[in-house]
Formats: sequence, structure tokens, C-alpha cells
Amino acid sequence: MAAETKATKSMPLAKAINESLRHALEADPKVLVMGEDVGKLGGVFRVTDGLQKDFGESRVIDTPLAESGIVGTAIGLALRGYRPVVEIQFDGFVFPAYDQIVTQLAKMHARSLGKVKLPVVVRIPYGGGIGAVEHHSESPEALFAHVAGLKVVSPSNASDAYWMMQQAIQSDDPVIYFEPKRRYWDKAEVNTEAIPDPLHRARVVREGTDLTLAAYGPMVKLCQEVADAAAEEGKSLEVLDLRSVSPLDFDAIQASVEKTRRLVVVHEAPVFLGSGAEIAARITERCFYHLEAPVLRVGGYHAPYPPARIEESYLPDLDRVLDAVDRALAY
Amino acid sequence: MTVDSSAARKPRRSAAGKAGTTGTKRTTVKKSTEPELVQLLTPEGERVEDARYAEYAEYVAGITPEELRGLYRDMVLTRRFDAEATALQRQGELGLWASLLGQEAAQIGSGRATRDDDYVFPTYREHGVAWCRGVDPTNLLGMFRGVNNGGWDPNSNNFHLYTIVIGSQALHATGYAMGVAKDGADSAVIAYFGDGASSQGDVAEAFTFSAVYNAPVVFFCQNNQWAISEPTEKQTRVPLYQRAQGYGFPGVRVDGNDVLACLAVTKWALERARGGEGPTLVEAYTYRMGAHTTSDDPTRYRGDEERLAWEAKDPILRLRRYLEAANHADEGFFAELEAESEALGKRVREVVRAMPDPDTFAIFENVYADGHALVDEERAQFAAYQASFADVEGA
Repeated sequence: MAAETKATKSMPLAKAINESLRHALEADPKVLVMGEDVGKLGGVFRVTDGLQKDFGESRVIDTPLAESGIVGTAIGLALRGYRPVVEIQFDGFVFPAYDQIVTQLAKMHARSLGKVKLPVVVRIPYGGGIGAVEHHSESPEALFAHVAGLKVVSPSNASDAYWMMQQAIQSDDPVIYFEPKRRYWDKAEVNTEAIPDPLHRARVVREGTDLTLAAYGPMVKLCQEVADAAAEEGKSLEVLDLRSVSPLDFDAIQASVEKTRRLVVVHEAPVFLGSGAEIAARITERCFYHLEAPVLRVGGYHAPYPPARIEESYLPDLDRVLDAVDRALAY
Repeated sequence: MTVDSSAARKPRRSAAGKAGTTGTKRTTVKKSTEPELVQLLTPEGERVEDARYAEYAEYVAGITPEELRGLYRDMVLTRRFDAEATALQRQGELGLWASLLGQEAAQIGSGRATRDDDYVFPTYREHGVAWCRGVDPTNLLGMFRGVNNGGWDPNSNNFHLYTIVIGSQALHATGYAMGVAKDGADSAVIAYFGDGASSQGDVAEAFTFSAVYNAPVVFFCQNNQWAISEPTEKQTRVPLYQRAQGYGFPGVRVDGNDVLACLAVTKWALERARGGEGPTLVEAYTYRMGAHTTSDDPTRYRGDEERLAWEAKDPILRLRRYLEAANHADEGFFAELEAESEALGKRVREVVRAMPDPDTFAIFENVYADGHALVDEERAQFAAYQASFADVEGA
């Protein structure tokens, strides 16, 4: 880890997004922040804390409580030349806006034969593990990654949260930015003068030789813990932080799997038709002769997200991932 | 009639709109026969002088015979273009067509009320508005022929792409108008939709957002009485223009078959927007004379009597009666227009028949502005697959 310089600070993931938004608002007068309670309150998770105070109500906009309206007007603002960053308060609240995102936001560039660009970022705090009530713990990323025209990313740490937000705002494509809410308070070093990795490039966060664990967002930390536990048993696991769900960096996964010959994909979202299913299919195709075991997946079940008291049995945890690792290594 | 629950100031007057500057010779003077709507020209082509509509009439008080002939020409050519498109669908040249027959006055009146710097968000039936904005009518046919999904540059005429999913564009218009206000510009935005769309949540949310942010947007609802097979009674219990009251901005019902009234009321509403007075809902009360689209069969849900009653209120006929009675147009004008109309029909036929299919690789174009690895990969796979046939053919 680089020594702490003037540009390097340790901060929680939520604060890193806040700093990134602040920087974007300062750098480009066309950047807007909008959503429910993002102003005075600073958002229910305080991600936009202090921004309205410093940039005013016309740039940090408290909106009516209507998600379709938030995304629909953001599209109109983007058509006028603005770069809105909209907040959907919780994962389970995005669906009133799903039509605007899928039908309008995703397709406008193609429909206009490239003449219209919609640089809109949709921020969605997602995932479980915080003991929340219904509709506050979901992981709908595959529902967006399935749609051409959208890009879908999810940082796992504060540094990526900062830089990936910068890159998402600079992107001329709509980006759905999934924030791992259970990691909001996890601290990491953020160097605001670094040269970041490309937005859609995966990163090896731990090298290993026996099996690859691929994850993004909240599950990267879990996979690192799994690798620690496995190391104690003499197993060398490589951990890949995918960072982007659309596009997926198949080249990076392939390179890792050609080395380790085994792959387990971990996400909170339901396994069925989730991003892990796509990775399994493509990696099987790309690495058929390298694989020693079928690609395995660990994730949520085909059931509504359960009440908080039993969510730990629904979410991937150390033992469930280790179980998959053992099964893959047993082939 | 106006429902104005806001504490808005009186709208600013344009200098050209001063009463008494008219060069128009009025043939007759009478009151509107229609209840609860702004009418300036009766179905018989008589100019309505009604104090209740004076606030709007002011906006067309100075209209010249030439401008009136221009409105007539717009409506005739739009109807001709529309008829040509319907015929082209019947001939198999278009996959579908959504006819605007009967709604010419609502579209030309409102379209001609806009300025170049205003921005228009249409549905998929705004062929007359597109005409007013200077969009080449043949550009509208690409999506109905199936060679693109829109394709014109919205910014070259400030005319957004047609929107098919009902009501979505009301929010885009509202957001755009919020941007106009942020820019400190005095442009206005107009969103088109229909009676069916009034039931959509997006339209309700657009009303909310525009009211809360006082956005310079006009919601122009063409109530053509039918949402495919469903009459307006299936969408609402109150006249649609009254919806505005609950949102805190004015709503006006205008005779949608009266081009003069549509022009006047839309100008009034756009001026309100420009003057910082926020949104307005205009309900243009009109009638869809034809089918919903060429795939629709209206005989299953409505009778002839209704259509015949509306035919008597035809928007083009009434302006012609007025022009003739007022001696604003002679036989030469009508004959020239007939020839122009024929020429437009011919050009539309020729352009459509010559419209090429896109290259199949267009599938992969413009999916993203900044590219996407999966699209690149699949394009390459597609190319390899296509090339495999070329090898066979070449062997």
C-alpha cells in the first residue's frame, strides 16, 4: 500500500462516493445530483451529505417521491446537455423506474442512430446483510445487465467507489452504479490523484493457483476471507474482483481460469439466470479444455429475499463458499 | 374554459397579438356552440367572438390572410401525406401506420405556435407537428417501414424521436424543461400525448415534477376520444383538462378541430411557460377519424353515427369555408395546393419505395456510445458466421 500522501486518505466507501460526487460537481457545471432526500438530509445513507449545502438546490435536487419521474426527468435533462447522477433510495424501489431505464434510457442512443447520448448515472444501494425490512436488501443487477444499452458496475471498496463514480459520470453511456450498502462503512485508502484502472476491467485482488473465486461488490470481501480460510487448509485461491457486470471482463476471468482450472462465482443475487450463470456458460465455452471441474455458483435462492432474521441463511457466507470450493476441488 | 388555481400573474402579451391590428375581415360573429371549450372558428367556418375566449383570441388577432392560408396548406399537405402513408401500408411498403386523420388542426395549430428554439416531445402520431418543425415527412416513415427505430436527429429540428410506449415522453419533456429553466433560457417545451396516456403514471409524475419545479412545459393532450378501442370514459371521470387543477396549474379545453383556437391557446400556454409561469395542460378535444393504426378495426367498437357527427366538424373544411367566405383565398390557391399535394404524394411514394434496408451489421451499431466488449465480441462472431457462407459461395 502506498504511503499516505496529500492525495491519499483513508475513508469509508460511502464517503468516497460523496467525495467523488463533490469532485464531479466542482469540475463540471452540467453534473447534477438528484433523488429522494439527497439534499438537506444527505441521503438516507448520507452519501450525498453536505452537497446541497455547497452546490445549491438547483444542482443537488430533492425530487418528488416518484422513481419513474426521477429517471424520466433525468433523461430529459441529459437531452438538454446535463449529466444527472440520480439516486434510487433502495434496490427494491427501482422498479417503478425500470420502464424508463430499460425502454427509454437504454435504447435512446441506438434509436437515434447515435445522435443522442444519455450520460445518466443511476446509483442504487443494493444487497442485504444489514437486517433491513422487505425490499431493502435485493440484488437486481442481472435485470439491468440483461439490457443492451446499459452498463452495470459495482465497486467493492472505497478506492474503486471513488474512481468508478468518476468514470461513470464521464461515460457517455447510461451506467447503473450498484453500491454495496453493507460495505458503506468499510474504510480503505483513496488516492484521488491515482491513475485508475479502466471502468470495466476486472482486477486480481489475491493471487492463487488452485481455484478462482469471482465476485463483485459486497461479495469481494467475503471471497478474500474465504481465501484466507482456505489458505489455512493449504489451498491457494485466486480472488477476482469483477467490478463490472456489464460488460463482464471475460478475458480476465479466462486468464485466471486457464491458470487455476477451477471457478466459483459468488453473488448475493439469486443463482438462477444470474450473472454467475452467464459467466459459467461463457467460461465453459472459452476454457473447456482447461477446466478440471464445472463452474460452480454460490448465491441467493429462487425465493423472495427472506425476513432479516433468517437472511444469513440466504446470503452466501464463508461456509457456503468454502463448501463450493471443496466440491470444485473434489473433481 | 380555464381552471387556474395557481396564483399566476397575467401572461405577458406579445406585441403582435394586440387586438385591433387584425387585417381579417370577419364574415359573421357568433358564440361557440360547443360547451366548455375554446372555439374561435365554428364548424361552419364562422369566426367566434366570445368574451370568454378573448384572452386566447388575442394571440391570433393579428393573423394575416397569408398565415391563414399557410395553416390551411399545412393541414391539407399533412392529410395528404398521412393518406399516402396509409396507402403505402396497404401496398406492403410500410409495416404499420398510425394515421392522424381528423387531428390536423390540433397538430398544425399547436405546432405552428412553437418557436424554433422550443423543443417538442411527440408520440408516434405527431406527423403534423413534425411537418411544422421542418422534419422531412419521409423521415417519419423509416420506423414504420422497419428500416430504423427513429433515426432523425432530434436536435436538428428540436423534435424528439417518436415515443411508442405511452406517456413516457411527458417526463422527458419535463426534465428538458427543467434544464431550460436552469440554463436561464426563455424557450419552452411541449409534450404531446393522448387521452389514453392520461392514465399513465408517467404523465401524472410529469405533472407533479413540472408543477413542483415550475418547469416551462406545455402538456398538449389530444383527446381523440379513443385509446384503440377504449373510449375516454374508460380513462377518466372528469374532463381531462380539469386534472391540472389538482396539480396547481391551469388546464384549458380547446376545440381540437379548430386550428385557430389551437394556435391561440398553445401560444398562450407557451408564453406562460416562457414568462416563468410554469406548466399548462391543454386538452385539444378532437376525434381520431381513422383506425388507431392500420392494424386496427374500429368497426368492432364504434359506429358510423359518431364518425359522421365528427366529419361535420372537419378541421380542414371549416378553415376552407372561412377562407372562402372572407375572400382570403381564391380558386388559384386551392388549385395550386392540390398540385402541391399531388407532388408530395408522389415524392413520398418514391422515397419510401427506394428506402433501402439497413446493412445487417446495423444490429451492432450505436448500442453504446463508448463501446462494449460483448457487443464487439458478438459482432465479430456474426461477421465470422456471415463470412462462412461467403466461403461456400466462393468455392
